[in-house]
Amino acid sequence: MKVLLGIGGADDSIKALEKTIDRATATNDELTVAIVENPNADRTPNEVEDAVQKYLDEAKLSATIRHVEGDPGSRLVDIAETEGYEEIVLGGGQTSPMGKIQIGQIAEFVLLNSHKTVTLVR
Amino acid sequence: MSRDRRYPEEVSGPFESPPLSFIDRTDREMKLTPYDGSKEDKEALVQMYLDFDPSDRAQGIPPGQESRIRTWLDTILSDECLNVIAWDDQTVAGHATLVPDGDAYELAIFVLQAYQEAGIGTYLIKSLLGYGAANDVRKVWLTVERWNRPAVGLYKKVGFETSNAESFELEMAIRLHKDPT
Repeated sequence: MKVLLGIGGADDSIKALEKTIDRATATNDELTVAIVENPNADRTPNEVEDAVQKYLDEAKLSATIRHVEGDPGSRLVDIAETEGYEEIVLGGGQTSPMGKIQIGQIAEFVLLNSHKTVTLVR
Repeated sequence: MSRDRRYPEEVSGPFESPPLSFIDRTDREMKLTPYDGSKEDKEALVQMYLDFDPSDRAQGIPPGQESRIRTWLDTILSDECLNVIAWDDQTVAGHATLVPDGDAYELAIFVLQAYQEAGIGTYLIKSLLGYGAANDVRKVWLTVERWNRPAVGLYKKVGFETSNAESFELEMAIRLHKDPT
């Protein structure tokens, strides 16, 4: 399956990265990692790319890494729909101090607008 | 979680601090007490969350399995958090908590299904805010699913105002003390 993983550098993105790479290793999914600009993230796009490369190397998996500029949600939906992806994978949200799950604005946009299957990783 | 939130200028309250007792709308005598750190209080809370109907979960809490319930309670029952328990004799009917978040606190309240719609939530949240105010809590925020009208109504009634309506969940905030000048 052709999978588009969108990550911005918040903690839930890193978890999504690990789980998606594990899954792609098991299933032979064709994985593209799209690094988006998330102003709420704790990591810069270059730091995210280093993390992606490190996990890919550890898993001995090859995947395409690309940097996506502009509005993250709409760009991910557009890329998935115009380039033949079957699934968009995103981080499953941050948690508040209380432990409440809070879905980010990127995930909210993608969930409501994507015509492709969307997976939120928990 | 550290982004700026808007809080009302005006101070809400005063709210009565626990311990206190009241009669609910079905004539049950209820007691409100601060969590005292005892094993008995904690186990009674675990039992309440084991009995909790998953359809009343909000944003993933309370969790469903006992091990996850215990891990979650360890976080929100820690020393820096403020907790109030609503008791029907030895049974926990409801629980409300304030968890520190920078210079403010996040609030959540849970009432067991068998005790809902009896006015317990109103007493419970007011006494938690009274307990918070007595412990120098200045600002409190919460999130609530926007379709949960009874909850939104309760929060408005005690003084919460909408601070962010642009996310999936409605965010509301209240002020218990003025900022230091």
